[in-house]
Amino acid sequence: MKIHKYDTVIVGAGGAGMRAAIEATKRSRTAVLTKLYPTRSHTGAAQGGMAAALANVEEDNWEWHTFDTVKGGDYLVDQDAAEILAKEAIDSVLDLEKMGLPFNRTPDGLIDQRRFGGHSRNHGEAPVRRSCYAADRTGHMILQTLYQNCVKQGVEFFNEFYVLDQIITEVDGVKKSAGVVAYELATGEIHIFRAKSVIYASGGCGKFFKVTSNAHTLTGDGQAAVFRRGIPLEDMEFFQFHPTGIWRMGILLTEGARGEGGILRNKDGERFMEKYAPVMKDLASRDVVSRSIYTEIREGRGCGPEGDHVYLDLTHLPPEQLDAKLPDITEFARTYLGIEPYTDPIPIQPTAHYAMGGIPTNVMGEVLADNTTVVPGLYAAGEVACVSVHGANRLGTNSLLDINVFGKRAGIAAAEYASQADFVELPGDPEAFVVEQIERLRSSTGTERVATIRRELQETMDANVMVFRTEQTIKTAVEKIAELKQRYKNVAIQDKGKRFNTDLLEAIELGNLLDLAEVMAVSALARKESRGGHYREDYPNRDDVNFMRHTMAYREVGADGTESIRLDYKPVVQTRYQPMERKY
Amino acid sequence: MATPVLEKTEPAGSASAASPYITVTFRIRRFNPEVSAEATWQDFQIEIDPKERVLDGLHKIKWDLDGSLTFRRSCAHGICGSDAMRINGKNRLACKTLIKDINPEKPITIEPIKGLTVLKDLVVDMEPFFQAYRDVMPFLITKDTNEPTRERLQSPEDRERFDDTTKCILCAACTTSCPVFWNDGQYFGPAAIVNAHRFIFDSRDDAAEQRLEILNDKDGVWRCRTTFNCTDACPRGIEVTKAIAEVKRALITRRL
Repeated sequence: MKIHKYDTVIVGAGGAGMRAAIEATKRSRTAVLTKLYPTRSHTGAAQGGMAAALANVEEDNWEWHTFDTVKGGDYLVDQDAAEILAKEAIDSVLDLEKMGLPFNRTPDGLIDQRRFGGHSRNHGEAPVRRSCYAADRTGHMILQTLYQNCVKQGVEFFNEFYVLDQIITEVDGVKKSAGVVAYELATGEIHIFRAKSVIYASGGCGKFFKVTSNAHTLTGDGQAAVFRRGIPLEDMEFFQFHPTGIWRMGILLTEGARGEGGILRNKDGERFMEKYAPVMKDLASRDVVSRSIYTEIREGRGCGPEGDHVYLDLTHLPPEQLDAKLPDITEFARTYLGIEPYTDPIPIQPTAHYAMGGIPTNVMGEVLADNTTVVPGLYAAGEVACVSVHGANRLGTNSLLDINVFGKRAGIAAAEYASQADFVELPGDPEAFVVEQIERLRSSTGTERVATIRRELQETMDANVMVFRTEQTIKTAVEKIAELKQRYKNVAIQDKGKRFNTDLLEAIELGNLLDLAEVMAVSALARKESRGGHYREDYPNRDDVNFMRHTMAYREVGADGTESIRLDYKPVVQTRYQPMERKY
Repeated sequence: MATPVLEKTEPAGSASAASPYITVTFRIRRFNPEVSAEATWQDFQIEIDPKERVLDGLHKIKWDLDGSLTFRRSCAHGICGSDAMRINGKNRLACKTLIKDINPEKPITIEPIKGLTVLKDLVVDMEPFFQAYRDVMPFLITKDTNEPTRERLQSPEDRERFDDTTKCILCAACTTSCPVFWNDGQYFGPAAIVNAHRFIFDSRDDAAEQRLEILNDKDGVWRCRTTFNCTDACPRGIEVTKAIAEVKRALITRRL
C-alpha cells in the first residue's frame, strides 16, 4: 500500500474534472485520479453544443437563459444556482475559445450559435440561437481542449486509478474529508491519497439502464462512494430519457438533428409530435418528446415488426446540410444500422441519458452533509453532483455548460480551501473497507455471475422506472433490486489476478449500480406527483403543494447492521420566478 | 485446449422463427504474465447477431465464458478511442466494426495493436503514444500579451483549414498501423503529427515554427514513407497521410 499527499485530489477526468484541474493546479499541488485515460471520458460523446447568451447572432441575455433553465427543470431548479449558470456561461465559453476550442464561426468570425430545445427569446416567445457548437462533436472538442490545457499546465494524472472509497474523519464532531482510497488497475495495488480537498467529478450512473446513451464505465462510482459514508444523494428519481437513441442500442442522436429540421414519424408516417406539442412540435422538451414516443408505441403506432420504435426522418434535408452540421450522427446510422439517412428514416427510441440528481452541493461546489451543513474539504461538480441547476429535467446544452461553470468553481474553491487548511488525520486502517471488498470478491466461491445480475438489473430498470412509472412498477423494481442485492453477496469472479483485473472492477461497479438503483427507485416511489423526467401515471400532475422540494436520500445502518434508505426533503431556492404551468 | 462454447440465449418458443444468430469463432491473442511468459492463441465460439459489434462479441466472451479476458472499452460507439485492436490483421475499433463486415465464416482474429508493449491480452502500454502526443505541444500558444476580452475572431475558411485533424480521438489505430513505428518506436508516429497539424494550421496559433522544428527532428515527419496504412486505419476518416504531407510541405516552404 502506498500513501500519497496532495493539497487537492480530483476524482475523474472528464469535462468537470479537467476544468477543475486547470484551476486547482494553478493554486495547489493537485492530483487527478481517473479510471480511464482522460480523453476516454463520456464528455466526448456530447454532441449538440454549450448554451451561453453571447448574443452573437441575435438578441439574447443571461436572464432569459436563467428563466428557460428554471422552466425546463419544471421549477425544481434552485434559482440562485441557475442564475450563476447562465451568467457565467458567457465567460465559460470565452475561456474555452481562448484555450483553443475550435467553435464553428459566423461569417464575421464570431462563435456561431444555433437553436436547441427549450431555449427561447424573452421567456418563451420564440426559439433563440444560444447553443455554441462545433459541428455535432462539441463534447469531443471540449474534452480535447481541456486535456490539451492540462498537458500545457503539467496537470498530474493517475490514469486507470479507481477511487473505491471516500475517507471521512470526524474532528470535534464535524465530518471532514481526509482523502480517498484508490485501486491501481495495472498492478492491483491499493493507494491512499491524503488530501486537504477532494473533488468528485466522476460522472453519471446510466448503466443501470439497458437502453442508454451512457458508456459502459458510467457506473456511479463517486455517488456510491460518498453515499456509503453517510453523505445524502439529492433528487435521484429524476433521470432524463433522451428521445432519440438508436433503436435497441441507445446510441445518442443529437437533438440538433431536430434543430436542423428532422421530424419524428410513427408507422403511418404521421408527424405525431403535432398532437402533443402543437407549437414546439419535435423540439418540445426532452421529457415531453420521450413520453410522446412511448405513447405512440403503446397505442400500436410504433414501427417495425414488433412496433417498438419510431422514425427520425432526415430525408427531406439536403445532403450538404447533413454533411456539414450532422456528420457524426449520420455516420452512426450508416455504421450501426446500415441505413443511409439521405434516403431512409432512422429507427429510434428514447434512451436513458442523464442523471439530474447526485451529490448535493452548494454553488461553490461544496458537498452538503444535510440540507445546510458543508463537509469541509469535500467538493463535487458535473453530472455526479446536484447543485441543482437542472431540477426535474435538464435542458439540452446545459450539461456541457454545467461542467465548465461548476468544474471551474469547484476547482478554485477546493484549492483555496486547501491553501488554508491542514491535513485531516486518517482513521486507523483507512484501506480496510476496500481491502475487505476486494478480498471477498477475489476469494468468493459463490455461484452468481456479475453479467447475469447486471442484465436483470438493467431489465427491471427499463421495464419499471423508465419514462412511465406507477406505484406498482416502482415497487416491482424495489423488490427486484433487493433480491439482486442479496444475490450480489454471492457473486464470484473468474479472474483472481492482480494485473489489469477488469473482471474484479466490473463486480465492484455492479455493486455501485445496485446501491444507486435502489436510491433512485425508493426516491421515485415517494414522489407522488409528475414533474419533468419523473412521470407517475398514477399521479399525472405536478403537485407544488406537497412536492416542490428536493429529495434527500440517506443511507441508514441499524443497530443490527441492516441497511435502509431514509428520505428527507430540502426546500427549493426560488428567487425571481414563481412556478407556472409548463407549456411549450 | 477445448474451445469454450456459448449456448444460444434465445427466448423459449422462438425456435421456429428465423434466428438472426450465427456461430462465430473469435481467435484471440492471450497474454497474462501472471500466468505465463508466452502469448498464445485461444478460440472461443459464440452465438451472435451479425449486426452486432466485435465489442459485443468480446463482451459475450468476458461476461459468459471467461472473465479474465481483458480489453479496454468505454463509450462503445467510436468516440472515446479506448478499443483500438488488430482485427483480422487490420487496426480497427472493436465498437465500430460489425461482425457481418469482416467475414464471420472464418475465425475472426483479434490481437493487440502493434508496436506498444502488451501488458495483458489486448491491453497495451499507451504511455509512449501519449508521450509523443505531449511532445508536439498539443495546445494553443499565442503571443498576445493582453488576452482579448471577447473571443478571437476566426473566419469560417480559417476554421475549416484544420477541421479534419480536430476529429482525432487518440485511439492509436494510425500510429500502431505504421511500419516505421513498428520498427522504431522513437518515431513520433501519425497521431502526434495529426495533433501538431491541428495547431500548425490554426490561424489563432503562434507556435507553428516551434512545432515544425520538433517534427523536423530525425524521429519526426521525414520518417514517414507514405504507406497510407494510417489513413486506412483511422476510424474517424481523417486523411492522416495528407495531413503529414501538409506538415512536410510547410517544413519545406515554411509558409503556412
